[in-house]
Amino acid sequence: MTTTDAVPAAEVAPSIAPGWELVVGLEVHAELATATKMFSSAPNGFAAEPNTNIDPTSLGLPGSLPVVNGRAVELAVRVGLALGCEVRSSIFARKNYFYPDMPKDYQISQYDRPINEGGRLELPGGKVIGVTRAHLEEDTGKNSHMGGDGRITGADYSLIDYNRAGVPLLEIVSEPDISTVEEARQYVEELRAILVAIGASDGKMEEGSLRVDANVSVRRPGEPLGTRCEIKNVNSLRSLGRAIEYEASRQIDLLTAGERVRQETRHWDETGGRTRTGRVKEDAEDYRYFAEPDLVPLDPDPAWIAGIREAMPLLPRQRRERLASAAGVEPSLGAVAVAVTRGLDELALAAIEAGADGRRTLTHVEHNLAVDGAAQLAPSRFAELLAMEQSGALTSTQAREVLGAMVDAALDGRDGDPAAIAEARGFRAMDGDELAGQLDALIAAHPDEWGRFCGGDPKERGKLTGFFVGQVMKATRGQADGKVVTKLLIERAGG
Amino acid sequence: MSLVPTARDHATAIAADVRAGRRRAVDVVEAHLAAIAATEDQVHAFNLVTAERALAAAAEIDRRVGEGDDPGPLAGVPVALKDNLCTRGVATTCSSRILAGWEPPYDATVVRRLDRAGAVVIGKTNLDEFAMGSSTENSAFGATRNPHDPARVPGGSSGGSAAAVAAGFAPLALGSDTGGSIRQPAALCGVVGVKPTYGRVSRYGLVAFASSLDQIGPFSATVGDAAICYDAIAGHDPLDATSIPTPLESVAAHLADGVSGLRIGLVREMLEGDLAPEPDVVRRVTAAAEALEAAGAKIDEVSVPAVVYGLSAYYLIAPAEASSNLARFDGVRFGLRVDAPTTAEMMRATRTEGFGAEVKRRIMLGTYALSAGYYDAFYGQAQRVRTLISNEFAAAYERFDLLLGPTSPCVAFPLDAKTADPMTMYLNDVYTIPSNLSGQPAMSVPFGTGEGDLPVGVQLLAPALEEARMFAAAAVLEEAAP
Repeated sequence: MTTTDAVPAAEVAPSIAPGWELVVGLEVHAELATATKMFSSAPNGFAAEPNTNIDPTSLGLPGSLPVVNGRAVELAVRVGLALGCEVRSSIFARKNYFYPDMPKDYQISQYDRPINEGGRLELPGGKVIGVTRAHLEEDTGKNSHMGGDGRITGADYSLIDYNRAGVPLLEIVSEPDISTVEEARQYVEELRAILVAIGASDGKMEEGSLRVDANVSVRRPGEPLGTRCEIKNVNSLRSLGRAIEYEASRQIDLLTAGERVRQETRHWDETGGRTRTGRVKEDAEDYRYFAEPDLVPLDPDPAWIAGIREAMPLLPRQRRERLASAAGVEPSLGAVAVAVTRGLDELALAAIEAGADGRRTLTHVEHNLAVDGAAQLAPSRFAELLAMEQSGALTSTQAREVLGAMVDAALDGRDGDPAAIAEARGFRAMDGDELAGQLDALIAAHPDEWGRFCGGDPKERGKLTGFFVGQVMKATRGQADGKVVTKLLIERAGG
Repeated sequence: MSLVPTARDHATAIAADVRAGRRRAVDVVEAHLAAIAATEDQVHAFNLVTAERALAAAAEIDRRVGEGDDPGPLAGVPVALKDNLCTRGVATTCSSRILAGWEPPYDATVVRRLDRAGAVVIGKTNLDEFAMGSSTENSAFGATRNPHDPARVPGGSSGGSAAAVAAGFAPLALGSDTGGSIRQPAALCGVVGVKPTYGRVSRYGLVAFASSLDQIGPFSATVGDAAICYDAIAGHDPLDATSIPTPLESVAAHLADGVSGLRIGLVREMLEGDLAPEPDVVRRVTAAAEALEAAGAKIDEVSVPAVVYGLSAYYLIAPAEASSNLARFDGVRFGLRVDAPTTAEMMRATRTEGFGAEVKRRIMLGTYALSAGYYDAFYGQAQRVRTLISNEFAAAYERFDLLLGPTSPCVAFPLDAKTADPMTMYLNDVYTIPSNLSGQPAMSVPFGTGEGDLPVGVQLLAPALEEARMFAAAAVLEEAAP
């Protein structure tokens, strides 16, 4: 997730009513990061002009045939291995239903013999969520309903973009092992981190390359599973949490009132903050699955799978542990996860290796490197910057600014030498005497404030520390170190 | 009154002459266009004659020959294509109203390969709508007539291609065979028709009827012509995942191999019992066996009991796949669209108006066979029968190199004779269906005549990828044919 997805703590909390248990299973659809589509050589790309990434097969033209994209299979195997699944010989099946964004009016998917079965995903806190299966299939096109009220039932006409039709998808289905909203969110976050780390998907929820459906039910502790509803149209982690919470309380209300939960598909309405029942179908869905006769079974060579296993990069969990150990912190520290999620753990490791302080390194990675180009920084330069800051040659404010210039340089392909940048900007940390002179002048100029600072009320002192530090910064154009100023103030006030 | 020409222009001769510069491809094409102009109105073999394109392609062949180029083994040979093979920029209808106005943006692999071999496409031939039928009467554009007797059907579903070759409109034609759709019309029209091993000829660009059964193959007046056509179109194609990567063995190179020492089995279930053909057909098959024996083959009877279940299995598997394959004809992207207030109603109206009765019947059969609760009893059971038939053929081929039987239970029947009762019509394919279910090659070779002096075909069946052996035996039968 990007940082904008961060959830305010207040929204995480209340979860569900006492006396009830939440049971959630997640179906995650991940678009695989291939160059071409699942069953044809049309490009797989986001944001192209409508109906340009197409060919006879992705339009389902008469006479066209699917051919399996070997790269998609490889990525599926990688995901299977990363999740500890059994990777097995599998077959494709046709899922038949009429819909205009589905070019063939059937979807090629995997049904009774998926490529990956029976895996597990460990949440950062240690809880293990079972993974039922992770199977290959093709994506559909996209409908836009135009005119009228813009909804499917009230539009004047619809436009269809088939660029997405045939894009390779991996559907990863969890066991109903998730019992809190936070676990659901962590599951998706961790899964996403794995997919990105092994190069299987770009994992961008906002572009739809990662989509989550939630199967939600509630029960009294110890009772059998309740009737579940499938929640669709969840487009962010935040929505996922809200949707599950809403749905759980809706179901609890029904059951408390002595009513039944009807098994159905419900759509999350982001603006209304509620789930709505999908179109109630006249008859039960019957997809008439049967083995796809245009394709032969996938029977991966065990040696090929072994090769993929050997070439597997470290998984996020392993990378977090590696970084935490190098930095001398706990793997559960937020900054560690952030570093790994942003793919900056190699940079941090190299800086630490070059002598930088672990915590200081992580702080910069967490707060000052959430930008494009950060990964291009030369670890040795990053380490030099950290050394300058640690030695007091730069204040933390200055270090942040130099770091920004270094990233800009890296983006331009230039070598960002922190010493040179600092010098060019006239940055140097003021030494104690110079600072003391500035501070004494300020104290003299603001006797009231100084009196209140010395008055002993901790609240007042806090407020006025801010005031004096601010004044010093202003007077020194940011070249003073705030921490040193605070120390001097306290010394002057006699402790 | 027969519309079959007395003298024929064979593909082998045309290609040899054109390559050597002895004849111009343009002259060859003009001669065939003249033949079409003379009797096509009585045969209706074609949905479309591509005269201008054919003449332009022929002129290009002549230009290349003039420059010392070799346009390939089918140089200047006119070929008629069943109208379920996609041709870039040329209407491809499947003889259905639902594809009205559709011009594919691409060529089928076989069309590209014919082009590469120097062949000239002369037109698109009529068929039972979406290849569903055995008489070419289920065409939205009217029935094709049998050139041997225009009051009779040419067989089907590739009736247009069979009739085009029989009438001398083209020395070669391509058809597709899902349950006998090449071999049965070949037999009824007195020409050679080949269904290769499943996966030997690419299906890319063949509008699918039943994907696990469909196979493209040639029609011709002679075994030799079928051989050079097969050699040109067969072989691995990366665009068809079911295409077999095994290197192609030229069948033309093996035509003179003979049958000496081959063990050939006469399939008992195809000659006697409930499924026995007309007595004239039995006589011709027996005579064909004697001819092969005289040429040095060892003939014995063989029992393949499961073939009697083939028809039932086929009429579950083929419609099931068809119900899915034909879903895409929904009015959204191509072909006919009947406007209606909602998308679902538009799809329903389009399909109601666009599909003919037989296609609808099979879509309904197939939808039912795949439905939850019925799948195992119908589709699942049919797949088990399919496995059983394959196993029995495998056992038979442990003792035999080839099998022999009839192609069709009867000679060409009058138009409308069987349209009222689908079951009677389906029985036409009873001897041809087993090879589609097993995926093995088979071909029909003309071998004399039956009732009304109408052609009879005998069928040679071979193990997978043994086309060369099958063609060699076919050449022996051709030589011995009455």
